[in-house]
Amino acid sequence: MTELTKKSLTEITNLIKKKEIKSEELTESFIRNIEKDKKLNSFITKCSESALKKAKNFDKKPELKKLLPGIPIAVKDLFCTNGVKTTAGSKMLENFIPNYESTITNNLWNEGAFLLGKLNCDEYAMGSSNETSYFGNVMNPIAKNTVPGGSSGGSASALAANLTPTTIGTDTGGSIRQPASFTGTVGLKPTYGLCSRWGIVAFASSLDQAGPMTKSVEDCALMLEAMAGFDEKDSTSINKKKENYSKNLSDKIKGLKIGIPKEYRVENMPKEIDKLWENGKKILKESGAEIIDITLPNTKYALPTYYIVAPAEASSNLARYDGVKYGFRSNRGNNLLEMYENTRSEGFGDEVKRRILIGTYVLSSGYYDAYYLKAQKVRYLIKNDFDQVFKKVDAILTPSTPSSAFKIGEKKDDPISMYLNDIFTVPVNLAGIPAISIPAGTDNNNYPLGLQLIGKPLDEQKLLNIAFAAEKKINFKQTLKKWWEK
Amino acid sequence: MVGKIMNKQNGKYLIKGEKGNWEVIIGLEVHAQVISKSKLFSGSSTKFGAEPNTQVSLVDSAFPGMLPVINEYCVQQAIKTGLGLNAKINHYSVFDRKNYFYADLPQGYQISQYKNPIVGEGNITLDLPEGTKNVGIERLHLEQDAGKSIHDIDPNNTYVDLNRSGVALMEIVSKPDLRSPDEVNAYIKKLRSIMRYLGTCDGNMQEGSLRADVNISVRKVGDKKLGTRCEIKNVNSIKFMQMAIAYEAQRQVELLESGKSVDQETRLFDTKKNETRSMRSKEDAHDYRYFPDPDLLPLNLDKKLIEKIKKNLPELPDQKKERFIKNYALNTYEANVLVSEKEISDYFEEVVETSDIKLAKNWIMGDLFASLNEKNISISQSPVTAKIMAQLINSISSGIISGRTAKEVFEIMKETGEEPNKIIESKGLQQKSDPKELEEIIDKILNNNKDKVEQYKSGKDKLFGFFVGQVMKESEGKANPKLVNEILIKKLK
Repeated sequence: MTELTKKSLTEITNLIKKKEIKSEELTESFIRNIEKDKKLNSFITKCSESALKKAKNFDKKPELKKLLPGIPIAVKDLFCTNGVKTTAGSKMLENFIPNYESTITNNLWNEGAFLLGKLNCDEYAMGSSNETSYFGNVMNPIAKNTVPGGSSGGSASALAANLTPTTIGTDTGGSIRQPASFTGTVGLKPTYGLCSRWGIVAFASSLDQAGPMTKSVEDCALMLEAMAGFDEKDSTSINKKKENYSKNLSDKIKGLKIGIPKEYRVENMPKEIDKLWENGKKILKESGAEIIDITLPNTKYALPTYYIVAPAEASSNLARYDGVKYGFRSNRGNNLLEMYENTRSEGFGDEVKRRILIGTYVLSSGYYDAYYLKAQKVRYLIKNDFDQVFKKVDAILTPSTPSSAFKIGEKKDDPISMYLNDIFTVPVNLAGIPAISIPAGTDNNNYPLGLQLIGKPLDEQKLLNIAFAAEKKINFKQTLKKWWEK
Repeated sequence: MVGKIMNKQNGKYLIKGEKGNWEVIIGLEVHAQVISKSKLFSGSSTKFGAEPNTQVSLVDSAFPGMLPVINEYCVQQAIKTGLGLNAKINHYSVFDRKNYFYADLPQGYQISQYKNPIVGEGNITLDLPEGTKNVGIERLHLEQDAGKSIHDIDPNNTYVDLNRSGVALMEIVSKPDLRSPDEVNAYIKKLRSIMRYLGTCDGNMQEGSLRADVNISVRKVGDKKLGTRCEIKNVNSIKFMQMAIAYEAQRQVELLESGKSVDQETRLFDTKKNETRSMRSKEDAHDYRYFPDPDLLPLNLDKKLIEKIKKNLPELPDQKKERFIKNYALNTYEANVLVSEKEISDYFEEVVETSDIKLAKNWIMGDLFASLNEKNISISQSPVTAKIMAQLINSISSGIISGRTAKEVFEIMKETGEEPNKIIESKGLQQKSDPKELEEIIDKILNNNKDKVEQYKSGKDKLFGFFVGQVMKESEGKANPKLVNEILIKKLK
């Protein structure tokens, strides 16, 4: 019954709850798909044996009231998992096995789910194509030799190829939404502070946020419900009551105001994306929403601001990978300084090094005011743009990315063109607000394209509702040939 | 050596050079370990002396994905200390990352406070022989301690102990208001005393709970502009600090007088050679790339919390000193000594509660302090408790024993901690205060020394002492000297 793996999370959860299928059977189906895959390279670590064991244990004493009863889930290899290798896609942590569990994965396991494997990602989540991973690039199941996006590329690829029923990623500048858009899946970046960062390998602390990646908006609501919650171990966690996103999910969006920011109509944007956006407006209008033209004047500064703030924090966050305590240590070098230099030269890849260099530079004395401090001021202006607009609208509709999935190697040596991929997603991280990408159509190559909905802080429910309404009308169908099984 | 130190000329510490007198300008950065059961951003214990790497959490060792959470008790301790330094408490402060690589710094950065410290300007009053002096406090901020690198276990490897990693420190920065090694001594002692009164730092320099960096420059007397300063790192005793200052000031004067300039740099004090030497120049100074720690929210202090802490502040040394002078008729010197340590002042107050003030202060500052010095123990470790000290003083006041006998009794007390009453009784040391008994002895002495009595009566007054001596000898030292005097005067008329 391989069809099982094509079903949505909500569907299989219901099947388990109705005792029509067992967790073991479900888990076996996914393991079979994982084993058949020869090309995608979406898994860094497979946990087939332990997953089957947990499935059997679940079936012996099924707890059916949980949100994710007996559901195997593979997660981005940025989440620390107790006793299971956590690499962050880096040689630096190639053999690192944490003895602790991240709050987010722990929340999933508490809701009845268990670990199916660890998914490939860009090294330390730095990348937009999953080509910076020490464990090799990941392919997008939509076509051979196309990138799945990044940094949660392994997550998006595995989800689209039905190797996991749902997954989680992290989004610092678009790392959930862009791969979701490239693979025809749903990805949500929650409000900063809604999901705990404790136990997630840090990239840029003020921007990092974990979120669900799913096959449907309904699944997304269910996953967010399981993940979100206050965590006293994370000082930036928001202390608020848990919400029942899945129970309260509704496609009734009549009267809601949707803003269309003119600044997101960028030069040289493919016509198909313009068309997609227009279609999105039309659909929401049909659902009873009001479309309003808005302006977010500081949008053009978002990308340069992001590429100052994120590397600055990263340069400091990654200082701990020095070969002293855990992880990779070079055996070359005659003193402490040489050991540091060799360990970090050999242990980090080019993109990580590039960002550490940029980050170190912008924080240096004499440059701090011109770069980091100014970027923080602009960041405030960008947030203020959204604050102003949200006095008038309930949500904002934009394309998720300025293009569809590109070929592997196409942008690898052109960081600027690579960074431009995040142009629509980055402002949201800088403002700390939630946004969701849903599949909304395809381009001439039949590659998926996504639309992004941006919401007010902690307004995930409304965002999910709008996405839910749009999803119904768009009725996107994934058409994949299983070329990766040969 | 060109210069010559003119110690305390007109109360001033000046260095006499060939081209005039030089003044020494000193500012201190004191690192005081906060008294707290757990660390600044983790739940690990802070107990001193544990086995290496047994008090280390995942946060302290900077494992991937670990996040700091502020220990509110440490924040309260910093506020308390700030209030004790008469300082402004900042309602808004920020934790920053100070980035540098070192093997005992697991995160690759120290969480500290840079632009917005928790405590702003304050001051400390120093009690100097020539009077009091006000020293400004620039700021106090909270920061994490690093771990410890141990280089001498193995010839080829360095070992790292992270027990100290993440322990809360208060960095207290003074204004450049200090002018001599003696003032530095007084400043550290006063600061230490205030923090010990508050219970915010135990001030133990041997265990490293109190360390200081010394900023020092020199300028010609009369100059207004400050000279270029050098920073002497981590000098771990007051004595070494004073030696380092004396050496460094001299070095700077010699440089300037020979037409050279002082380089702004960080120097180390070599305790064996008694000299400072360059550690790193300004050019080699670390660029710490400070920026606000994105893992922590800014610290917003509630007015009510500060008010509450203020209301519950204990009596501080300066207030106690005033009260002692007023209530116990002590002079400034005595009051300073007795309030210098909270334990001493508590001891004194317990003793005078039941015994004579004048005797109490003399005995505590005399024999008791001598015994503490001799044994190198603190007052709280002394076998002579306040209770038995008061008993001893009362035996003197009530005439049971003489002052001289009391010294004998004290010698036993300081070893055994026995009650003086028991010692006096078992050794039969009570004074003879029965006038009849004393009269008998005196009559006997006078009868045996009729010639001396004649000489006395014919004007040789000095013989009075001889008679007293003989009486004391006859009574084996137990005769009440006051009574002996009275009876003798009467009999020799």
